[in-house]
Amino acid sequence: MSIDLIQMQPGETGIVKEIQGGHGFIRKLQSLGVRPGKKITKVSSHFWRGPQTVEVDNMQVAIGFGMAKRILVEVKR
Amino acid sequence: MKIEKILLMGNPNVGKSAIFSRLTGARVIISNYPGTTVEFTQGKIKLGDETAMIIDVPGTYTLEPTCKAEDVACRMLQEGGLVVNVVDATNLERNLYLTLQLLEKDIPVIVALNMWDDTKHRGIHIDIKKLEEQLGVPVVSTCGLTGEGIKELISRLPEARTLNSPVSSDGQRWEKMGKIVEEVQKLTHRHHTLLERLEDLSIKPLTGLPIAIGVVYCAFWVIRFIGESLIGYLFEPLFTKLWLPLMMKLSVFLGEGTFLYHILIGNLIGGSINFGQSFGLLTSGLFVPVGMVLPYIFSFYLVLGILEDFGYLPRLAVLMDNFMHHLGLHGYAIIPFILGLGCNVPGALATRILEERREKFIAVTLMAVAIPCMAQIAMIVGLVGQRGGKYVAVVFFTLFVLLVSKGLILNRVLKGASPEMLVEIPPYRIPQIQAVIKKLWMRLSGFLSEALPFVLLGVLFVNILYMLRIIDFFAYIFTPVLTGLWGLPKEAISALIVGFLRKDVAVGMLGPLNLTTKQLVIGSTILAVYFPCIATFVVLIRELGVKDMLKAALIMIFVAASVGAILNLIL
Repeated sequence: MSIDLIQMQPGETGIVKEIQGGHGFIRKLQSLGVRPGKKITKVSSHFWRGPQTVEVDNMQVAIGFGMAKRILVEVKR
Repeated sequence: MKIEKILLMGNPNVGKSAIFSRLTGARVIISNYPGTTVEFTQGKIKLGDETAMIIDVPGTYTLEPTCKAEDVACRMLQEGGLVVNVVDATNLERNLYLTLQLLEKDIPVIVALNMWDDTKHRGIHIDIKKLEEQLGVPVVSTCGLTGEGIKELISRLPEARTLNSPVSSDGQRWEKMGKIVEEVQKLTHRHHTLLERLEDLSIKPLTGLPIAIGVVYCAFWVIRFIGESLIGYLFEPLFTKLWLPLMMKLSVFLGEGTFLYHILIGNLIGGSINFGQSFGLLTSGLFVPVGMVLPYIFSFYLVLGILEDFGYLPRLAVLMDNFMHHLGLHGYAIIPFILGLGCNVPGALATRILEERREKFIAVTLMAVAIPCMAQIAMIVGLVGQRGGKYVAVVFFTLFVLLVSKGLILNRVLKGASPEMLVEIPPYRIPQIQAVIKKLWMRLSGFLSEALPFVLLGVLFVNILYMLRIIDFFAYIFTPVLTGLWGLPKEAISALIVGFLRKDVAVGMLGPLNLTTKQLVIGSTILAVYFPCIATFVVLIRELGVKDMLKAALIMIFVAASVGAILNLIL
């Protein structure tokens, strides 16, 4: 099933399916390794609409709440 | 081919500055978080008989800039030269995006596969020969921190090749990167190391917040412990046992009342020299920066250096993100703030890692008002602390309240919203002792060579103003504000005047005024708030532009006036 990054559980792994947003936003995420087809693992999420940390290719990235909502991930549940 | 200019380019936090430092022997700040270098640094390197210029370019993910630090990088590229593309070997795929973009340019490229030593314990195996074939340019494995591979890199610089490959779309680049990585890289399974467990614990909110509180508490405790010990056991004895007798002799030799006496020794307090209050060049002029401030600068930068190299700061940024959003910033703005606690100048420069103008304006003005530098903190602790620790707490609590309320207001008033954080979190690395000491030494010598002259100048300046009776004139003009609004004696104007030059001396000048504790608290707070010191001011103009700087200055003066008045009413 397809969910956004916020809905992923810490520890859960999925495949990035789609990034919704402007050209600049997509490019910036891509340059950090977050792009469609990539395996992504949620590491943690912070209280009160805080940033989400994910792991892609052995590297951790912190992504703001609003941005994380625009990243769709395919997970098996 | 004659090499004239070498550009070190690569993603943020891949170790460009470490390689730069190895190649040139030049001293540059190296840390474990993206965005340490925000301005290019130049150096020279000997290649046989020729000397080439080498430039440490701020890190960039792509050649389409998204912030000022990246913009600097892209402009450097247009001026030509030879590119040493520094690539993080532990993150090959993502790093290759910039590499492919560079290969499309009409410029010779050689790849330094850095952090090579890290690949072994991370279970990453890269076939360098194959990578060379795939890319079409030379690839050298390096380790900037230890210097491994640097010689080979230098000897192979002439082999750098200009591919000028056809421009491809993003999709094509990603596809190519995937193929290359599949071809050259093998991953072996391995167990999580202790450091990686610690990484996880410090980024999860339930464990991360207590860890953050612990780290910050310990950091302050250690800074204070080392600072106080150095002063108590080293610097104060040195000054009172060695320097004081010398000064007493000089004092007799010069004879009280002469011009030189006034400049060098200052005023006698109760018949003898008082390093805190005499305010001559050789008495307070030396004691304030060396005896009171330097010990804290030392301890602060020692602790900061260790935290930086360990890689803790970006994690603190993630945990603070929520709070910072209320101030119109995102979590990463905590890094300029922390650097600002050392000195506002590097703090203000570090705001270049922030993407938007609004954010930058908020960060810079908050810092200028509510983040005192370590020199100032040391003086406040030294001077106000004599009256009791709780009064020091009052000063810092007031500054914190200012920081939060000003941020809340600016966030409401300024158009736009706080941008969101998007940043990579580097792995933890055990700090190397030599690297920490080297960085500490750079920052200390920076303080001694850049701050000390200003301190002496400040003391000299105020003594001359006193003699010319100019201080009396200003005191007369500003009495309504000083006495009426803030409840300070009119002589406090001298501290405010010197505060434009150096904040530490300015706080020190409150010493001889025989202030009540309340006046001392108000005076120190106003000195922190009313205006940045000249060094910071120059950087602020450059970073904000004249118009925004004027706006910021008006805010500062208004804030200082009201804070002083409020404290005067409620304390």
